[in-house]
Amino acid sequence: MKIVIIGNGMVGYKFCEKLIARAIPGITIVVFGEEPRPAYDRVHLSSFFDGKTEEDLQLAPLGWYAKNNIRLHLGDPVQHIDASAKTVLTHTGLVEEYDYLVMATGSSAFVPDIPGVDKDGVFVYRTIEDLEMMRSYAPKAKSAAVIGGGLLGLEAAKALIDLGITDTHIIEFSSRLMPRQIDESGSRILQHQLEQMGLKIHTSKNTTEIAGEHTIDSMNFTDGTSLKVDMLVISAGIKPRDELAALADLETGRRGGIVVNEKMQTTNPAIYAIGECALFEGMIYGLVAPGYEMAEVALDNILGGSKIFSAFDMSTKLKLIGVDVASFGDPFTPDNECRAIVFEDHVKGVYKRINVSNDGQYLLGGILIGDASAYNMLLQTAKNKMKLPANPEDVLLGTRGGSGTEAGGGILGLPGDAVICSCEGVTKEAICKAVEDGHENFNAVKKCTKAATCCGGCTPMVKDLITYTLKAQGKYIRNVLCEHFQYSRQEMFDLIKIKNLKTYDEVLDHYGNGDGCEVCKPAIVSIIASLWNEMVLVKGNDTAQDSNDRYLANIQKGGTYSVVPRIPGGEITPQKLMVIGRVADKYGLYTKITGGQRIDMFGAHVSDLPNIWEELIAEGFESGHAYGKALRTVKSCVGSTWCRFGLHDSVSFAIRVEERYRGLRAPHKLKSAVSGCIRECAEAQSKDFGIIATERGWNLYVCGNGGSKPQHALLLGTDLDSETCIRLIDRFLMFYIKTADPLTRTATWLNKMEGGIEYLKNVVVNDSLGIADELEKEMQFLVDNYKCEWREVVENPELRKRFNHFVNAPGEKDPNVKFDTLRDQKKAAEWK
Amino acid sequence: MSILSTEVTTWFFACKVEDVPANGGVCVKYNEEQIALFHFARRGEWYASQNLCPHRMQMALSRGMIGTQAGEPKVACPFHKKTFSLADGRCLTDEHECSLTVYPVRIEDDRVYIGIQNGREAAEVMA
Ligand code: SRM
Ligand SMILES: Cc1cc2nc3c(=O)[nH]c(=O)nc-3n(C[C@H](O)[C@H](O)[C@H](O)COP(=O)(O)OP(=O)(O)OC[C@H]3O[C@@H](n4cnc5c(N)ncnc54)[C@H](O)[C@@H]3O)c2cc1C
Ligand code: SF4
Ligand code: FES
Repeated sequence: MKIVIIGNGMVGYKFCEKLIARAIPGITIVVFGEEPRPAYDRVHLSSFFDGKTEEDLQLAPLGWYAKNNIRLHLGDPVQHIDASAKTVLTHTGLVEEYDYLVMATGSSAFVPDIPGVDKDGVFVYRTIEDLEMMRSYAPKAKSAAVIGGGLLGLEAAKALIDLGITDTHIIEFSSRLMPRQIDESGSRILQHQLEQMGLKIHTSKNTTEIAGEHTIDSMNFTDGTSLKVDMLVISAGIKPRDELAALADLETGRRGGIVVNEKMQTTNPAIYAIGECALFEGMIYGLVAPGYEMAEVALDNILGGSKIFSAFDMSTKLKLIGVDVASFGDPFTPDNECRAIVFEDHVKGVYKRINVSNDGQYLLGGILIGDASAYNMLLQTAKNKMKLPANPEDVLLGTRGGSGTEAGGGILGLPGDAVICSCEGVTKEAICKAVEDGHENFNAVKKCTKAATCCGGCTPMVKDLITYTLKAQGKYIRNVLCEHFQYSRQEMFDLIKIKNLKTYDEVLDHYGNGDGCEVCKPAIVSIIASLWNEMVLVKGNDTAQDSNDRYLANIQKGGTYSVVPRIPGGEITPQKLMVIGRVADKYGLYTKITGGQRIDMFGAHVSDLPNIWEELIAEGFESGHAYGKALRTVKSCVGSTWCRFGLHDSVSFAIRVEERYRGLRAPHKLKSAVSGCIRECAEAQSKDFGIIATERGWNLYVCGNGGSKPQHALLLGTDLDSETCIRLIDRFLMFYIKTADPLTRTATWLNKMEGGIEYLKNVVVNDSLGIADELEKEMQFLVDNYKCEWREVVENPELRKRFNHFVNAPGEKDPNVKFDTLRDQKKAAEWK
Repeated sequence: MSILSTEVTTWFFACKVEDVPANGGVCVKYNEEQIALFHFARRGEWYASQNLCPHRMQMALSRGMIGTQAGEPKVACPFHKKTFSLADGRCLTDEHECSLTVYPVRIEDDRVYIGIQNGREAAEVMA
């Protein structure tokens, strides 16, 4: 049998994947794709502007098609179907016969008939090519607009902002945003939130003309107004690609789409249509999950099965725009058919609405804006017609106090056939079964069931289900390190301490099994370092270190390393600046001032590292531990020595703090800062521990974080004298080191802590556990044991030997390392 | 040295046993190729694979952490922690990722030899 598939988009690819999974012999598969690249994740297209590469987005590499004997013709669209001869003809003139033809041609952006749409600077938002063109055009544009305030329009607007165009406008024809998904009050709040992000929103605007010579320079509207813009993205809806079908005399819908029956068959029984080009019961499904279901149905029927497609849930959760937006079930049930419960908080920008059946028993649908964390649970509650609790508003607001029951009895109340991952159609039953069969962690379940492999929206639910299933089996859920250690990090910390173990091998012999892995090795040697503060590369612990710790430097693109000497508090003498300049010049290193107030030198070959450090150390520098889960920098502001507002000498205190905790190994990296007054120029409140001068002493803040989930630090102590402040930090850090999970920053550690900051205050300040003395002593031991680990390497020939690229050609550099030049310095060559 | 050369495989001398850190790896230069050599000291086993990580084409696998997954020996690339089986070279984290070429290793006295199949240069299979 020979199956020809037109279109290598998301759904066309899924069809191939499902077909291969069935492993039926004797099927020839030929795919024609119009785009020049193999199928990619269009749903996450916008992450292309977020650092994701074309390759990251690929659904499968070219090798996958070859391996599975799929003949893939890319960049060669089908131009004609001869339904009676059962052949297709492509642009390059290939003729291919088929037994079954599957059309997965998707849709294109709908471009309204406005004069001027063909001008330069006007784009649509659908393919990687569209995004590449936008990316190269954007630097020329100062302002931009998007036509369309729907799901995709908002995403496109966010993308324009990500491209650096801060003056971005949204033009919506209707009187409000996302009219098809959310209600009027929701639109209002959403609009307000987006305006806060800097987007300018124009509703009830109808564009009459896109003006400009060859290139767009402004837009004119029916109300007589106009807007100057340098760039425009049209996102006014989608248009099913049914042109081929029409030529082949297949029935198509009046407003586009290839008509299919519940088997996904077109009006020609040998031709199927799936995905965004298919019109089922008058409806185009512009989402990927129903497309995947259509692929399954079509495949099953071609292979002689009898699956049918039925109307599909169109609940959506918008991603990426910086404001949560979700709607599920029927968000618009008319007032007389339901009771709507609404929660609005204009200050926080949160709007939630649920529609409850008149008898108060069932959830019909709803809208969530500003906070969609309950989306999965609510969606499941509605979809599975689960009974609501006695006070239906609890599902919106949580039970305020009292014992917490989740929406409608929570995840356990879901029926077995509840679809948890709608992209891949994985049910609760399937996930629980996988866990019972021994797939006891998230990755294993993901691999086995495919749940959470597509949009990832169901990840939290899948994780909860794993935990619940294990608990239901009577398994004690422990947060174990990995398959080699059946203990949590905290348990390992205590065991290693009691047994006085000092090497990874000893620990594995005592408490582990197998040979270890990249998860437990760094976790265990970090504990060992936190307990004894011995050189990390001796006693065979070197090969258990994370690779950056093993080379005492961060590996960079191309395989060279960075060198970051410690510059406590950010203070440095002119002489030392010259040393850095001289060394960087000698070894050809790129130099940059970091965000942590020090200087980073990039591009060092592994064999140069000891030589570079030898020179730096001779001039009084020491390791900055930029590579370790250790103290990084203690930033300072200039403080009272110069600043007219400074209350105390923040630089001196920052240096004192940095020198006290330098080299301290912890579950994750640690950052700190000291500001000389409440103006907070050192940004202390974004650090793991931050100190701000007050009239009477120092305020100490803890558990702040920058990075991907910024969080402000919370006040731990007020008006402290310097000694007390240091004592509290000692206790705080030691308590964190002893109890946090691996790779958990202080902010996340606190977020998971029962009792939160109040509990932490009790332990650290009021000594509620009676361990303060012990914590302080342990910290003092670590402080006393500090040595610069780079000095130890420089002085130890055995350790130096490990800093070579080739074992059989010491000193010879990796010939594959390549650099380019940029602004008079070198940079790593782009990777493939 | 008959044992070191068979009809299909050339065994070349890589380094001494002591040159390789216990439970770690080194990079061996073989003509213009780079081969990652690993000593699983706890199991008394040796493995070798291409040094090039197929994910982003980085010459780095010898600097990765080694370990096991359900008893199967593996290496984790330092760059993005993709893991590869050292038994057969397949990627354990991502079924779509290309496989590594792996090589047999032999120890004679305290010398480490890596076996290269004649006529099948590493570069060819790495691409
Ligand atoms: C060099 C520097 C950027 C710069 O050019 O300014 C930098 C560079 C890196 N950062 Fe950073 N971060 C740098 C300041 C920051 C800051 C700002 C700060 O410290 O004031 C932050 C946000 C503050 C925070 O951490 O709370 C920051 C948040 C991160 C994160 C996210 C942490 C999080 O909790 O979300 C990572 C990833 C991680 O650690 O897992 C990261 C990881 C990295 C790594 C290590 C990624 C890697 O593995 O290659 C980069 C390596 C640099 C190298 O080879 O030396 N870097 N990084 C800055 C070095 C500061 C220093 O002197 O040590
Ligand atoms: C920016 C953006 C964000 C999105 N976000 C979401 C989301 O969050 N959730 C969600 O569910 N969905 C989302 N979608 C929609 C989702 O991407 C589509 O539903 C899905 O891609 C449809 O798959 P498909 O295979 O039917 O069509 P496509 O992925 O468009 O694939 C069709 C392919 O067929 C090719 N083709 C067309 N005609 C021919 C021909 N004659 N010969 C050969 N090849 C041809 C096309 O070039 C294309 O490559 C988003 C879409 C975009 C653009
Ligand atoms: S330096 Fe930090 S923010 Fe910049 S690319 Fe590297 S990890 Fe990302
Ligand atoms: S380069 Fe090896 S995992 Fe990315």
